[in-house]
Amino acid sequence: MDHIVQNIQGIPLNHYLIFCSIVFAIGVIGVLIRRNVIIIMMSIELMLNSVNLLLAAFSAYRGDASGQVFVFFVMALAAAEVAVGLAIVIMVYRNTKSVDLESLSKLRW
Amino acid sequence: MTIFYFVAFLSIFFALMTIFTKNPVHSVLYLVITFFTFTIHYILLNAQFLAVVNFIVYMGAIMVLFLFVLMLLNLNKDTEPMKSNLVKIMGTIAGMCLIATVLGALKVIETNNGFVTGNTDFGLVKNLGKILFDEFLLPFELSSILLLTAMVGAILLAKKDKKEA
Repeated sequence: MDHIVQNIQGIPLNHYLIFCSIVFAIGVIGVLIRRNVIIIMMSIELMLNSVNLLLAAFSAYRGDASGQVFVFFVMALAAAEVAVGLAIVIMVYRNTKSVDLESLSKLRW
Repeated sequence: MTIFYFVAFLSIFFALMTIFTKNPVHSVLYLVITFFTFTIHYILLNAQFLAVVNFIVYMGAIMVLFLFVLMLLNLNKDTEPMKSNLVKIMGTIAGMCLIATVLGALKVIETNNGFVTGNTDFGLVKNLGKILFDEFLLPFELSSILLLTAMVGAILLAKKDKKEA
């Protein structure tokens, strides 16, 4: 384990920032260009994960463990969000027989 | 040091595959690989507790939930209607704006370009547990109420309505 940890020495914090913002942007693009509700939720998971990694990187950089505790809470929240969200998707599928986001346009006033 | 760049490349590649694959089941499988590369990132940061939690919760629980719902809805065929090309291009440009903003901001700031050391040992279960059950005890207990609420809500929503049956 020690030599793995030695390997991370010398990665600038900026590279973590750039990497995580690229993954976050991929998640945003996924939400914008897909119509399948399940794939949109997967893109949201991607965004949450990139933010988690950035929090952990900042926590290692600052030497403060609060960031990692925050990542733990974000993970608990993501689990709750996915459970409720997928239940809603099942409800919508039962009523409209599709997971297309456009089939929900009836909700628009 | 090169491990980070290699794994980062893999993460970005599989994240792109996730959102551009037509078949939803393949999409979920690519997302699992993406989360696995994130686990490697946590190990590189010496955040071992987060690595294990990421592995179990994301790759184990959440991805199985996604796969279950996909199988339940019988969506394992690529019949999804795609958005028009105009909307796709607009969405991609809008996403790229975010990257451009962050890169521009980083170029302008250009201060305190420190290095991530990663040899701190508070990511271990013992040290993180001491902090979690001391300073963050109240949020920890509240998150259990949140999870209970989510569980009740999910069961209530997904249950078949008795009047319909």
